[in-house]
Amino acid sequence: MTDQLADALLAARLLAQDPSLGGMCLRGGGPARDMVIEALRALLPSETPFRRLPGHIDDDRLSGGTDIAASLASGTLVLQRGLLAEVSGGVLIIPMAERLRIDIAGRVSQAMDNERAFLLILLDDGAEGDDRPPPALMERVAFDLSLNAVRPADLATPLPVPETATPATLDSEDMSALAATATALGVTSLRPLLHAAAAARTHAALAGRALAEMADLEAATRLILAPRATQLPAEAEAPPPPPPAPEQPEREQEQNESDEDDTPPDIPEDLLIEAARAMIPPDVLDLIAKGRAQRSARGGGQGRRTGSAMRGKPLGARPGMPGGGVRMALVDTLRAAIPWQPLRRLDPAPEGAGPIRFRRDDLRVRRFEERATTVTLFCVDASGSAAMSRLAEAKGAVELILAQAYVKRAEVALLAFRGTGAELLLPPTRSLTRAKRALSELPGGGGTPLASGIALARQLADAIAARGRTPMLVFLTDGSANIAADGSPGRAQANADALTAARTIAAGRLDAVVIDISPRPRPEAARVAEAMRARYLPLPFADAKALNAAVALATQPERKRA
Amino acid sequence: MARFPFSAIVGQDEMKLALLIAAVDPTIGGVMVFGDRGTGKSTAARALASLLPPIMVMDGCRFGCSPESPRACPGPCEGTKASKRPVPFVDLPLGATEDRVLGSLDLERALRTGEKVFEPGLLARAHRGFLYIDEINLLEDHLVDLLLDVAASGENVVEREGLSVRHKARFVLIGSGNPEEGELRPQLLDRFGLSVEVRTPRAIDDRVEIMRRCAAHDADSNVFAANWAEEDDKVLHQIARGQKRLAKMDVPDDVLVDAARLCSAIGVDGLRGELTLMRAARAYAALKGAKLVRREHLLHIAPLALRHRLRRDVLDESGSTARIERTIAEHFV
Repeated sequence: MTDQLADALLAARLLAQDPSLGGMCLRGGGPARDMVIEALRALLPSETPFRRLPGHIDDDRLSGGTDIAASLASGTLVLQRGLLAEVSGGVLIIPMAERLRIDIAGRVSQAMDNERAFLLILLDDGAEGDDRPPPALMERVAFDLSLNAVRPADLATPLPVPETATPATLDSEDMSALAATATALGVTSLRPLLHAAAAARTHAALAGRALAEMADLEAATRLILAPRATQLPAEAEAPPPPPPAPEQPEREQEQNESDEDDTPPDIPEDLLIEAARAMIPPDVLDLIAKGRAQRSARGGGQGRRTGSAMRGKPLGARPGMPGGGVRMALVDTLRAAIPWQPLRRLDPAPEGAGPIRFRRDDLRVRRFEERATTVTLFCVDASGSAAMSRLAEAKGAVELILAQAYVKRAEVALLAFRGTGAELLLPPTRSLTRAKRALSELPGGGGTPLASGIALARQLADAIAARGRTPMLVFLTDGSANIAADGSPGRAQANADALTAARTIAAGRLDAVVIDISPRPRPEAARVAEAMRARYLPLPFADAKALNAAVALATQPERKRA
Repeated sequence: MARFPFSAIVGQDEMKLALLIAAVDPTIGGVMVFGDRGTGKSTAARALASLLPPIMVMDGCRFGCSPESPRACPGPCEGTKASKRPVPFVDLPLGATEDRVLGSLDLERALRTGEKVFEPGLLARAHRGFLYIDEINLLEDHLVDLLLDVAASGENVVEREGLSVRHKARFVLIGSGNPEEGELRPQLLDRFGLSVEVRTPRAIDDRVEIMRRCAAHDADSNVFAANWAEEDDKVLHQIARGQKRLAKMDVPDDVLVDAARLCSAIGVDGLRGELTLMRAARAYAALKGAKLVRREHLLHIAPLALRHRLRRDVLDESGSTARIERTIAEHFV
């Protein structure tokens, strides 16, 4: 499918023509991605700066400021220009944008708002279903394109050449059509809509038209609105079977003959929605169909990887460079520099040297001990056996803990297993609103694929730990597995698989609690807990409050492997 | 490029009203804006700042001293003349460090010449203007605490790294955030004066109007600004009139009783809600050109002043606004 590459190259042409489109996000497709960047380079004047932004960049380098090391060495104030200033009028490329720290994202989006001085290319290397680049940046780039389906043969496509165009306009009806399309697709933010209008105008200009027409609107819808769709447009009364081809010209003739009033603006809008529908990938349709539009998969906690250099309990100083939020320990720096003063005075004084001569090695920075944010991952057994008796109670407990987490600003995530598999219902978040919704939508019934549930929990816990946060697993189950890891029914295999999965939790040294929610404590749940090396809490006829107290007790600092 | 004019913003009446009230009475304690991205929150805040008449600032002062009270800052403030400057609008970047916000020791000077010099931060820059924080719910808690503290006291006190500095920092704090992406602790929410909920306009006509105005603004921002200058002037006059009236705005006893009744009926804890409600009602009445505060003023701004102070009920799905409106309908109609 060369469409993806063709679209990306078209987006590059539009961006080169109209920088107000902000930029683009490119997902996947290694060499194809490089080719799109090359295309943009070919389209823009040759002196245009292209800069890459590494994820570890510090604040001074990003926004400019004092270069402390150089200042000390030369004895005069040395200022460094920030990357954002350097890239002015050019193109800023952010690789691994899905892992970008939000403080950097905040800086970049601010620079885009204030000066709108550069094009932004976000390279999204995340796998399907992973986090996306920070929403603040995704909002500000017009295009969100995937290159996953590009084949090596497509790379032979010639690069576009620079072009000039006279601006085109968009009439009111076309604007209404775009606005209606955006609404039908559930694109609420105004930025994509404004981008779509600009793209339609530019698309027309590139084609040499003074007034945008259907093809331009279609391109804008396909490239900008469709990838951001959060809902399926309501189907017209008749499902869209291919309209009888011979009738089409007749209808058009009729329209041409009749008055303008007979062609309401919603006709192009329907066609636009068709254009969008073709662009929406099938799995998104799937998600949308389930009523859970693909929202930003991050909760409020993203970016809380603030190193221990920033805050927390003071730990003393260590050698290092201040900057980027790391604070200098003045007294320790002086203490390090003083013993060397007699020796350093033997050297000729550098220009502007003060009474004390510092070297870069003298600098000491503060260190703090910071406790990582805890993410409590609830793994709820929503199978028939559990649902009968305890699902409502489990929901109640999760809600109570949520309300607590909300005050303490801890994060929670929710996964459920039922039927033949496990599913993440709520990625780690601090949002009470979303958590409540996910919980109320939690269905019950079906088999108990305990092994899948534990495996998914393990996977998520690893992902949480990789972000520098502490996962804490809470299983609410009766332990009676009857669906094996491969989805096939059978109690014996299911139990064996569940125990194998449980042992990986122990092997990963993850903190876990198993809360037995069967009406009478059963040995199965206890065995699972043992395999996990987790706490086991039988809770016959507990109410939500008792469950909550149990979790609070189990998550006390007293650790089992301290 | 000229800024987008305040009066050219389509819809968002509640947010515009909250901003105007804060402009009339900056002591109201800031505005919290809840809403999705791309709803024109920061455009509105920025537009208001650029609409206000320029302020006089002493030359060379890094703390924004006014000619009426020169040398009120930690210095250096040696200038003898003052010049016009636009009302400051500081956009606090996400992930800003404490140093940048509060101000910090000037490291370079400290190391090279051994001088202890305070390097003013963003709070000093926002003095007499606006401090806008997008996605305040993603900001570190301790930073939010600090900002709200300074916003309420009007003074920034720095006691660290051997520095002991205090300087004035009076500004209108505007925070925005999307509750879907993480919420602000209730303790912090309560400290905001007003709150508004913004949504993107759903009506196609409004959206088309927005597209049209943005296109006109992009095409030639100066011409666009000139076209709206008259409307912006009206808003400016309204603010000026409001500020003048506010000083002698009376609150009759029966309105005070109404406020107390409303707060207890809704179940707002604490004194802060009631006080803000009264303040906001006064500012609103002043803005409307009224001579004294009437019940209708009070009820009109009640949702703005109170909705973020209701105790969260995990099990109540209806929003706070609905709860306030219900209570008003029950008690005052």
